[in-house]
Amino acid sequence: MDLAWFLALKFLKEYRAQSLLTISAVAVGVSVMIFLSALISGLQGSLIRQTLGSQAHITVQPAEEVARPQLEGPGLMRRIEQPEQRFLSIEGWQSTSNRLRRDPGVVEVAAGVSGNASALRGSAERPVIVYGFDPDEFNRVIDVRSRVVAGRHEPSGSEVLIGVELARDLGIGVGDQVRLRTQTASETLVTVAGLFDLGSQQVNQRWAILSLRGAQSLLALPGGANIFFIRVHKIFDAEKIAQRMEAQTGLLVDSWMKTNQQLLVALKSQSSSSYTIQFFVFLAVAMGIASVLVVSVVQRTREIGILRAMGIKRSTIFMLFVMQGAVIGLSGSIVGAFMGSGLASMFARIAKAPDGSPTFPVDLTPNLFLAAAGAATITGMLAAALPARRAARLDPVEAIRHA
Amino acid sequence: MPEVEDTSPPLLELRDLRKSYGDKIKTEVLHGINLSFGSGEFTAIIGPSGSGKSTLLNQIGLLDRPTSGSVLVQGKKTEDLSEEELTTLRGRTLGFIFQFHHLISALTVTENVLMPLWLSGLRDREVAEKAAKEALAHVGLEEKAHVRADELSGGQQQRVAIARALIHHPAIILADEPTGNLDSKTADSVFSLMRRFNAELGTTFLIVTHDPRMAERCDRVIRIEDGVVASDSWRPKGG
Ligand SMILES: Nc1ncnc2c1ncn2[C@@H]1O[C@H](COP(=O)(O)OP(=O)(O)OP(=O)(O)O)[C@@H](O)[C@H]1O
Ligand SMILES: [Mg+2]
Repeated sequence: MDLAWFLALKFLKEYRAQSLLTISAVAVGVSVMIFLSALISGLQGSLIRQTLGSQAHITVQPAEEVARPQLEGPGLMRRIEQPEQRFLSIEGWQSTSNRLRRDPGVVEVAAGVSGNASALRGSAERPVIVYGFDPDEFNRVIDVRSRVVAGRHEPSGSEVLIGVELARDLGIGVGDQVRLRTQTASETLVTVAGLFDLGSQQVNQRWAILSLRGAQSLLALPGGANIFFIRVHKIFDAEKIAQRMEAQTGLLVDSWMKTNQQLLVALKSQSSSSYTIQFFVFLAVAMGIASVLVVSVVQRTREIGILRAMGIKRSTIFMLFVMQGAVIGLSGSIVGAFMGSGLASMFARIAKAPDGSPTFPVDLTPNLFLAAAGAATITGMLAAALPARRAARLDPVEAIRHA
Repeated sequence: MPEVEDTSPPLLELRDLRKSYGDKIKTEVLHGINLSFGSGEFTAIIGPSGSGKSTLLNQIGLLDRPTSGSVLVQGKKTEDLSEEELTTLRGRTLGFIFQFHHLISALTVTENVLMPLWLSGLRDREVAEKAAKEALAHVGLEEKAHVRADELSGGQQQRVAIARALIHHPAIILADEPTGNLDSKTADSVFSLMRRFNAELGTTFLIVTHDPRMAERCDRVIRIEDGVVASDSWRPKGG
């Protein structure tokens, strides 16, 4: 084994230019892989983060409130356009909430009330969704606290938090008053305690967050709750957990994955096209390595012959070429990792949004480098296998006669 | 030495050795060779081009399997050995010198010379270095120890090949036209070197050559013609 290593390295060193060229080819391939992966996982991560920044992983509502079969497109929109007349509390919501909380996948359950209303200010009127939650529970599910851009983050009994867009639509700011009216003509006058920006235009336009008490009394649900917002540990388990909960409770349970199906489909096809590109890049790399090693076997036919005459084993000859492939793959991937991550960070630095945040966030994880190094090394070894087999099978007599 | 009656088997024995080439149309190149070689012999194999000398040497060297017949090394048949066992036996008992030296150009002179020792499993650095130094001293190339093999002249490379063939003290050295590619003066010195090792180490040499002057200086001359042994004669000692 150590002899195979020794010879593999010597052989690579002898035709230095040839080896370096092959290593560069691998490096280019690996850098493409790193760059693409970093870019795509960065983009996808930020898309998902953005989506989940203003949405609970799982939403639970009373079954009768929303007509079931109409769940196409974003569920929130649908409910805005089909306002309900009366709001029903979930029966025994405290025990249901506790039960949902015991699900091993769940981080936090926020129980609260929500309902449609209009926000009025002078002659302006905008449809809103009123929410009222326990503030601690709520912020553990959807982090509004850190995204309050003006004022305070916790509304008192007669206060409201609204989104920046709604504030602009109504022409109001922190400290101004706004009237909220439900379809049942229940009304309340509240003061804007703070403005939030949850990164979603729809949410910034529609959400009006009251204190739990304030919302309960506005929606005529004293002591009640008609919605649970749930945060789970693993975001991609959300749909599974939601289905489990629906079976358990008989309530209407929706996961973010269901309400964002199109996004997920888009992400998936993006990933698979990136994998396809990477596959072909690696195929090209493999063919490059293989062809160089095929040439190298021819170049070294006589030397292989004399080594065989001197008693080197076929398996050692085989290993010696496979190791050359491995060395080319591994060193190419190390160079490529630097090139790829350099490229990715440069790209991230250049492509910036006006506010300075990167428009193309890149996600360079150690796992990515390990995967790239592993893939390149294995590709190198597989590509070397065929020429290695040829070398191992050379007839020593023929090899020695080889001109 | 040939006259010595000995119950132990000869170092090397060929029994009705035949070799054919070709799949459909078989051409027999060696037609039943019977020969035996003792320890310490210095033999020339001569004969016209195409008569089968190299083919014979390749069978003896276990580089190729005969079509029929046996090659016995120290009394042991080799035809039933596996590829791997043959390889091991070859590495242990045989040394090769070829017309085109076949040094590994990626390695230094020392590394080339040490290859048979490494292949036999020696890993002790000091022992190896010492052996290489000695072997190179024998062929007068001490000062080239750390030069890359392909930077040497043809004659120097052939001397390195001899050092390499000898370093693990094989019982038999097979040389196929070892001086065929050298000018006569260099050829002379390479030949003398082989004779010296034969005398000093008792190594058996089998040398295929076209050079009649060289054949004259061997103890035994075997003439191959059309795949059979045409003559096998011993030169009188001290002649
Ligand atoms: N691999 C092979 N396939 C087919 N025929 C072969 C092969 N090797 C050798 N021969 C034939 O066997 C015969 C003997 O060849 P060999 O090389 O043994 O001759 P030689 O005595 O060494 O000749 P030279 O002195 O020219 O080296 C030749 O007719 C040659 O064409
Ligand atoms: Mg020949």
